Amino acid sequence: MTARLVWENLKHRPMLSLLSTLAMAIPVTLILALVGLTQGLLEDSQERQRNTGADIIIRASTASGVVNFSGASIPEEVVAKLQGLPHVRVAVGVLNHSIDPPLVITGVDMAQFNRMNGGFDYKAGGPLRDPDDLLIDQAYAAQTRKNLGDTVTLLNHAWHVRGIIGEGKLARIAVQLPVLQDLDAATRKVSQVYVKVDDPADISTVVRELEALDMGYKINTMEDYLAMFTPGRISGVKEFTVVIMVIGVVIGFFVVCISMYTSVLRRTREIGILKSLGASKGFILTVIETEALLLAIGGTILGILLSFVACWLVRTLVPASIPMIIVQSWWPIAGLITLVGASLGALYPGLSAASHDPIEALAYE
Amino acid sequence: MNDGLIIETRDLRKIYRVGKVDVPALRGVDLQVSPGEFVAIVGPSGSGKSTLFHIIGGLTPPTAGQVRVAGQDLLSLTDAGRTQLRKRTVGFVFQKFNLLPNLTARHNIAVARYIAGNRGAADERFLEILNLLGVSDRLDHKPAALSGGEQQRIAIARAIVNHPAILLADEPTGNLDSQNSKAVLELLRDLNQRVGQTILMITHNPEAATYGHRIVSMRDGRIVQ
Repeated sequence: MTARLVWENLKHRPMLSLLSTLAMAIPVTLILALVGLTQGLLEDSQERQRNTGADIIIRASTASGVVNFSGASIPEEVVAKLQGLPHVRVAVGVLNHSIDPPLVITGVDMAQFNRMNGGFDYKAGGPLRDPDDLLIDQAYAAQTRKNLGDTVTLLNHAWHVRGIIGEGKLARIAVQLPVLQDLDAATRKVSQVYVKVDDPADISTVVRELEALDMGYKINTMEDYLAMFTPGRISGVKEFTVVIMVIGVVIGFFVVCISMYTSVLRRTREIGILKSLGASKGFILTVIETEALLLAIGGTILGILLSFVACWLVRTLVPASIPMIIVQSWWPIAGLITLVGASLGALYPGLSAASHDPIEALAYE
Repeated sequence: MNDGLIIETRDLRKIYRVGKVDVPALRGVDLQVSPGEFVAIVGPSGSGKSTLFHIIGGLTPPTAGQVRVAGQDLLSLTDAGRTQLRKRTVGFVFQKFNLLPNLTARHNIAVARYIAGNRGAADERFLEILNLLGVSDRLDHKPAALSGGEQQRIAIARAIVNHPAILLADEPTGNLDSQNSKAVLELLRDLNQRVGQTILMITHNPEAATYGHRIVSMRDGRIVQ
């Protein structure tokens, strides 16, 4: 009976219920979009690192975080030296240059990269030939509407699109290593080195050998490196997520508080009727709280649906810059945040309704 | 106090505080009602009859005096105690019907049962009364789709669904035309005669008052006759 009463009350004021639901959906969408952006960025980076086929990664000692935007500080001689170590099949030096974060243009020693994993998967065109040649992946091509043979201006330099590569392997934008080194004034320097060993059983042996060289670089197995790709490792993301969650609770609180307070005022007489029938304070508070929670559940569902719309929009407009995904594991968290906000927001109107004087309430016009 | 009475008040007083001024609404009311009685209370506006109705119905506490309703001393009842009284001991019928506008007639009755803790189907006796009220075919309509007379009959059904000891009717015909007024008054009399329902009815209408076994007149917060 409580459920019917609640449902009929919500139906009786459809516009207010709809607006409240929509207002509560917004923080849910914000939270899910933020998590989807962060997680998408991390998973995309993780996949591109994993698909290099490397077993070990060596980064500059100044590299901070896991998504490396740092400059080049490893001399190419180191790459050559690593190539000569026992159990090392191939070492590939790459140079990253951030162009429009999180987008990075990557200078690659193509011959070594091909030896490591067979090279890029060409969807159109072919490998780099001339110094001004550029490879872009399908997402970047879609985002910038560039095709084979088009000119792309990056780093104040006009590039010629030589090939369109599949997504998910090392880079979205790749050029020849010496060309980027020259443009970056980083002659014979790289940002990081990927190492593939002869046999996966040799990985720990090679890591120990590299550490024994005491080069002062960060040395990680690829497995350990990939495990670092968590939101907590990206500076500020955790704090930003907490701020958005708090905003979600506050918005939920105020939306429900205003909505339910308005509703309670409009229904003063009905509350008087319920009290005349013997409804306790607890019963009236339960009705108001249940209404708020129902609005919050509606807001959560709508917020989740809107996050799909947001994801589709982002992936259509900027698939390369923001590889947003849907993170289902956050649905209950976003829902809980909304429920808490709604429950707190309904408390004052609910208590206010429960403490109405029945005679005054019945006389309310 | 007499245990044989269902309502008994002695020197009942109620003072409302309006701003900084004390306004006496009841100035010492002595009333005795036996079980199964149909009592009409008449009097001009401001005579205190509604206040008496509200105190007996547990909608507001008395200020002083003695008042017993179905064996309960209302002066000592807490807010929760008065809620229990409204839930189980008294049923209200109001001038403005006071049906919940969002619910159908059936659910208006059901919500009263639910609040009183009665689950499951209504009992035979109530279904008989429902037939007597003549609204069985209007139960799935919301109040806005019902005439005033139909709404008041639904309100009566809601008031008695939990078989309260006392039915309190506050100007039950005040918003009805003469034909519906007569029908509602006859229903109340039928309820009283058939099932022995104790009824306390406030009215301005002298003709309506004649339906009661006796008429109690009030003026200036006191019973005058």
